[in-house]
Amino acid sequence: MLKIKNLHANVEGQEILKGIDLEINPGEVHAIMGPNGSGKSTLASVIAGNEDFEVTEGDIIFEESNISELSPDERAHKGIFLSFQYPVEIPGVSVTNFVRTSINEVRKARNLEPMPAKDMLKMIKEKSELLKIDRKFLSRSLNEGFSGGEKKRNEIFQMAMLEPKLAILDETDSGLDIDAIRVVSDGVNQLKTKENATLMITHYQRLLDYIIPDYVHVLLDGKIVKSGGKELAKELEVRGYDWIKEEQIASL
Amino acid sequence: MTLKDKLISSYLLFEENVDLESDIHKQRDEAIKFFVETGFPTKKEEAWKYTSLKPILKEDYNFFPKKEDALDYKDVKKYFIHDIDTYTIVFVDGIFSSQLSNTTHERIDACLMSSALNKDKYKPVIDKYFNKAVPKDGMVSLNTAFTREGAYIRIPKNITAEKPIQILNFSTGNQEALMVQPRNLIILEEGAETEIIERHQSLTENPVLTNVVTEVFVEKNAHLDYYKIQNDHTSASLIDNTFIKQDRDSSASVQTFSFGGKLTRNNLNFYQHGENINSILKGVTIIEGKQHVDHNTLVHHQEPNCESHQDYKGIFSGKSVGVFNGKILVDKVAQKTNAFQSNNNILIDDTATCNSKPQLEIFADDVKCSHGCTIGQMDEEALYYLQTRGIPYKEARALLMFAFANKVLSSVRIPEIKKRITKQIALKIGVELGFDA
Repeated sequence: MLKIKNLHANVEGQEILKGIDLEINPGEVHAIMGPNGSGKSTLASVIAGNEDFEVTEGDIIFEESNISELSPDERAHKGIFLSFQYPVEIPGVSVTNFVRTSINEVRKARNLEPMPAKDMLKMIKEKSELLKIDRKFLSRSLNEGFSGGEKKRNEIFQMAMLEPKLAILDETDSGLDIDAIRVVSDGVNQLKTKENATLMITHYQRLLDYIIPDYVHVLLDGKIVKSGGKELAKELEVRGYDWIKEEQIASL
Repeated sequence: MTLKDKLISSYLLFEENVDLESDIHKQRDEAIKFFVETGFPTKKEEAWKYTSLKPILKEDYNFFPKKEDALDYKDVKKYFIHDIDTYTIVFVDGIFSSQLSNTTHERIDACLMSSALNKDKYKPVIDKYFNKAVPKDGMVSLNTAFTREGAYIRIPKNITAEKPIQILNFSTGNQEALMVQPRNLIILEEGAETEIIERHQSLTENPVLTNVVTEVFVEKNAHLDYYKIQNDHTSASLIDNTFIKQDRDSSASVQTFSFGGKLTRNNLNFYQHGENINSILKGVTIIEGKQHVDHNTLVHHQEPNCESHQDYKGIFSGKSVGVFNGKILVDKVAQKTNAFQSNNNILIDDTATCNSKPQLEIFADDVKCSHGCTIGQMDEEALYYLQTRGIPYKEARALLMFAFANKVLSSVRIPEIKKRITKQIALKIGVELGFDA
């Protein structure tokens, strides 16, 4: 589904990603772990098409086509979704109206008619129940004055509504208490199918107790230096990142 | 002959049709004298630094339209908030139109200034209120000198007007160019409540200049919501002078929606004469082309424990010009004042201009006052966020502009007005709303 080949990216002239290779297939859950500043969030932004980052080398292939030159909305139309670490507050637009606009723009790009209001309401009801979101919450301005937990739940609610092929969850557990993590991860788990894939970006192992990854990759200084199964995350939890750094140095 | 000279000489003509012996006429005489001395404001005055009247003063205006023009309701219906029941006071070229109006004297007075000025039974009210809320000012004096007609609204003690009151001023353009000077007097007695909607609408492309003065008295524990809808032809200019005097425990809001017109100047002044008063001033301006909208506000806090909230938002494209000059004056005795002011502007094109000037003069030492003004472009981070949700750049921009302006509408309490203004904003910005905002 997603193939990243030798990806290099800069921000303000400084190289952050230094040759990333990653392949994600339908039905898989991947986790990218790494210390602060290793380039995790940059990778998420570059896949989503954030124009603040300049891709200097390499390709991002999504479902057999190169998406490196596409704008963020075009990537969304293809089925890529990014759950933000810090969702942006947009006063004056309600959650419901935003989601409706978003879904209908995606449908328009796919040459589909706007979703009938009745279906939309039904879907909103279903998905908000899945994420235990209060109806009142849906008429509030997007993210404005939301708690950290509400913002993250709202991100996953949008994901549930948009039904992406590839969902990138950037530090979705940060700022969440244990109950909120449970609600959010239950939501993510229920949305999993054989056709879609999830890429989790996380600093801590904690979230991976709830959303079990098939693959774990360690990102250090802009490169994936180690990949493994879910047990790798456990090992990182116990031993930190330093032993990997040492392994790296030893192998040089 | 300059417009000033023309006005002065036409004053003699005007005098032929009014009662020269009345007290009111003494005030007219004083006012014309003052105008002769001061004339029109110029850019040399601090308060008019960014707004020049020159382009609109050069027209050869007619002041006294000869005949009343009968309008068909169906032709002007769209300018009314017609989907709800209201009292309406309608003027056509400055002359009352009984056929288009729905006035009342039951429970409340929603009728004509000319009756109030001329009938004996109103004399005590006129003596008490008329010309009492206004300062000495050239434009106000000019209006006072030619005071003859306008809306007169009085809500007696503890009465809540059961429906909103609309004041509509139409200009037909039967005359080549027309200058009108409506004079409104609005009194909310103790504990009274009402909602007022005011609109000035030109019906042709002929130049129109409206210099309107509205005096408002909001007495103890009374509550007023006042909506001004400014969406006139680009041949029409408006100088709106509104003065609101509030007594203790009262609240008053004025919300101004400026989408049209050639030059619009809003002089909006609040005077707080008691404790525990709340004053709210809000505005949305969306203009393009060579349009010019100037909000010049004053809130004078004269007693302790009062609040004022100002929130003005503007979106400017083309070569349009926006001005915001907001003055907050807190007297020494006005301790525990909470005064907030915010003015946010978005410039769509490099050719658009915006001047924002907060002016805080605070003489009390235990107050909370804040002001903030921004002039900028779109929030790039928000645009990116919307794009990642599949909303293309252009649509995302429109949506953000809409959200920016729409934020001010949260306090509009009449749903029909809110709906209409929302629609108007969407139309101006070019968003196709797939929803009722």
